[in-house]
Amino acid sequence: MKNQQASVLYDAPGPRAKRVTLIGSIVVLAAVVAGLYYFVYLPLERNGQFTEEKWGPLLIPGYEFEGVDAFALVWQRIWEGAQMTLLAAVLAIVVSVAAGTALAIARVQLGGLRSRRFSTLLGNPVVTTVDSPNATPTRLRGVEAGGLRGLVWTGNALLRGYVEIARGLPVVITIFFVARFGPTVGLNLEPLWYLVIGLGIYNSVVIAEILRSGMAGLPGGQAEAASALGLSTFQTTRIILLPQAFKVMLPALISQLVVVLKDTSLGFIISYEDLLNVGKQIVGTLGNPIQVYTVIAVMFITANYALSKLAQYVQHRLATGKKTKDVAAAAPTVVETGVDGTGPI
Amino acid sequence: MDVLIKYSDQFVSGFWVTFQLCLLSAIGALVVGTAVAVLRISPVPPLRAVGTAYVTVFRNMPLTIVMFFCAFALPTIGVNGNFLKIPLLDQLFRRLGTDLPFFRLAVIALTLYTAAFVCEALRAGINAVPAGQAEAARSLGLTFTQNLRHVVLPQAWKAAIVPLGSVIIAMIKNSALAGFFGVVGDLSSVADRLTGAGGEPIIPVFIGISIGYLIMTIPLGLLLDRIEKRRAVAR
Repeated sequence: MKNQQASVLYDAPGPRAKRVTLIGSIVVLAAVVAGLYYFVYLPLERNGQFTEEKWGPLLIPGYEFEGVDAFALVWQRIWEGAQMTLLAAVLAIVVSVAAGTALAIARVQLGGLRSRRFSTLLGNPVVTTVDSPNATPTRLRGVEAGGLRGLVWTGNALLRGYVEIARGLPVVITIFFVARFGPTVGLNLEPLWYLVIGLGIYNSVVIAEILRSGMAGLPGGQAEAASALGLSTFQTTRIILLPQAFKVMLPALISQLVVVLKDTSLGFIISYEDLLNVGKQIVGTLGNPIQVYTVIAVMFITANYALSKLAQYVQHRLATGKKTKDVAAAAPTVVETGVDGTGPI
Repeated sequence: MDVLIKYSDQFVSGFWVTFQLCLLSAIGALVVGTAVAVLRISPVPPLRAVGTAYVTVFRNMPLTIVMFFCAFALPTIGVNGNFLKIPLLDQLFRRLGTDLPFFRLAVIALTLYTAAFVCEALRAGINAVPAGQAEAARSLGLTFTQNLRHVVLPQAWKAAIVPLGSVIIAMIKNSALAGFFGVVGDLSSVADRLTGAGGEPIIPVFIGISIGYLIMTIPLGLLLDRIEKRRAVAR
């Protein structure tokens, strides 16, 4: 679809345009190669960044450094770091999805209550007196209803404020303060849990918003049919809306997984032993930052690229595979919010 | 709460450093991102490949690694971001001219990272323009550039403004990382110093720092919500 749009911008090339494009391509290729050579390769070469002792421990099996098998050791450490990164990412996403779902339900529930006036409390005097002989006078029950409405309003405002603040703060700051604040209240956890909590606070809010917009995007008939069947608001959310929202928003949720995976790298500021920290230690011993971070960057890029491809594939399946109208209708919103990369950073 | 008042000058100066960092990086990211977006829709295949490679690399790499590269690898090959010492600009943003290069390197890192997302937002905007528009323009005989300038880009801009805004908000939040990479005096480094070496209570400092960031992110977010709602009604 994307390439189609691009090709709409210009004519199908004729013989002359093809020639021009070919010449242009060759010129550009030459320029790119020359640019890479002069601005990347040469400065690196001059600094001795392509020597064997810089790359050897990473690339040559059995490479020895001060009498030990550096290659095996380095890769063992990197493997451990990668496992720690994955562990943090998986825990964070599980916590975020669970908390995010709860938050989404809470917001939908309270949002639904907001329009209620609790007039049943004011109710039919006959029924209430039968139910409870010493029922409170109507005026007092009016106060109760007002109090409940105030409570609902406060709950809504609190949730809204929490969402705005958690979304508006940098994740680094959240993680940093969770790690600094935890010990002062006697919460001495391992860095892993500070990282998971910090990431969870931010991502649960994001996921809650994704789910909420997914539920809002569903056809109105779904909720109407549910309430016509006599389901309560909670039941409607749980049985009807949430499962569909999960399905429609699956690509956006996977994209969020990319964000979480990238953000686990922030663990290095609270000295969590993740891939980046391991890299730092290796650099401390071997003194080859460019090489080590290149390898780590390649690992991250591969994993995240695979994940975003998966998100695209799932979205494609949802958009074309199933011809159900509601899914097809809701799918375009996913393009805007998630997979095309404008949302998750 | 005394801490908030006692160190208010530090919070304010931290806010200004962060603000300058964000402003410069936002300008840089918009310029570089637009250039990459142009590459990605150009008719010359190698240019498209360069644009795609750029976006793939920077979108899938954690900002932390970009920062590592900019803070440690760039100086090794002799880049200190001196080209950012632009005469009039460094009078306005004093940090650009100082001898410690970290501020400039942080600007470079944020610019490069955010540019990939700016490019994607712009491209999503261009994709949102109905194909018929470009086809009609072409059938009127407009060339590629005319087509872009008069027909596609003005409409794409409208569709891209909200995603671009979220990218900038995310960039403001990402800028917090710079404080942990040697940019002295921005909000997050103030947080680190006050709660670490300064030994001040955590919560008040946290509140002060949060206000600094929320002042920038929440109004921008509300503005975007409004633009989006208005557009939804207009459709």
